[in-house]
Amino acid sequence: MSNNQQQDTAVKKKNILARLWANLKQPSSRYSLGGLLVVGFAVGILFWGGFNWAMDLTNTEAFCISCHEMEENVYREYQDTIHYNNRTGVRATCPDCHVPKEWTHKVVRKIQASNELFHKMMGTIDTPEKFEAKRLQLAKNVWASMKATNSRECRNCHDFESMDYPKQGRRAVDQHIKGNDEGLTCIDCHKGVAHSLPPMHDIDPSATIEGS
Amino acid sequence: MKKSLVLGLVVTIGTLSFPQAVLSQPEAELQSLRGSLSIDDTSQQATWKSVGPDSEPIMRNYVHQPPLIPHTVEKYHITKRYNKCLSCHSWANYQKANATKVSSTHFMDRDGYILANIAPRHYFCHQCHVPQVDAQPLVENVFEPVQILQPW
Repeated sequence: MSNNQQQDTAVKKKNILARLWANLKQPSSRYSLGGLLVVGFAVGILFWGGFNWAMDLTNTEAFCISCHEMEENVYREYQDTIHYNNRTGVRATCPDCHVPKEWTHKVVRKIQASNELFHKMMGTIDTPEKFEAKRLQLAKNVWASMKATNSRECRNCHDFESMDYPKQGRRAVDQHIKGNDEGLTCIDCHKGVAHSLPPMHDIDPSATIEGS
Repeated sequence: MKKSLVLGLVVTIGTLSFPQAVLSQPEAELQSLRGSLSIDDTSQQATWKSVGPDSEPIMRNYVHQPPLIPHTVEKYHITKRYNKCLSCHSWANYQKANATKVSSTHFMDRDGYILANIAPRHYFCHQCHVPQVDAQPLVENVFEPVQILQPW
């Protein structure tokens, strides 16, 4: 008896799928080819536009700080820094530094962001204590990705070749020329420029004292 | 008793007449912080002084003076996690950064023992070291450092 029931459901399923596929394979009997093409084109534009609109929407500061983990921790630290508030008012917001501008790299980063959605769901850093516990690991991840891309996001705005050395201070000139010669990248020296630094014992122990 | 009475009278008259003697001098005129400005007028806006570009090391005025900082220290934070000054001025980093290193006195605790890292009493640089803005002295000053500290 159960065997019969199984066979029935299997036959039913095959019917639905088979019917759909047969329908799609057939040429259209009701609509013209031109009509289908125009409608398909229009719908394609809608969906492509919608996709890009969604990408741009998730590429704004407002979207990033809609998560309280970001707004209460890294956003408030960033508000004390020069990238938020400076002489000329030229700013860099979350996506300018953390999301690549080139389309391929941007899509890759967006797919990687599903990991962030997962952790948001799991609540991995949803309290200040949890965030502090993971701060070093998160910072190292960002530093590693910036180092791997040769600080590509910094170079969205800061062009090394266009730096006017006579306008920089003594220290900056020395360090930039030396850094360029040694093949260093921006993030090697400019850590902590936008958010508070994590505990730095194993990165620069001479600039910390024990017990912190 | 008579003597003490006379002495008391002399002291009282002296203390009463003293402020009169001081106030009657023409230069010491009392002024409020507003100066001669009336309540309706707005005072002149104070100018904002900034530190200016990196300069050469600044000569000290006395031997144990903590050296002045010849560059701006804006946004260079000193927190319990990290001392930004030491990222260039520590003994491990100063050669690469082409900076002066912290003096060896900074490794001593208050009993004179040498520690393996910066002593906590010397961790907060700005308690002693400050940058300079372009502010002229308000009162004329004829201070001169000792001979050996004057450049020649």
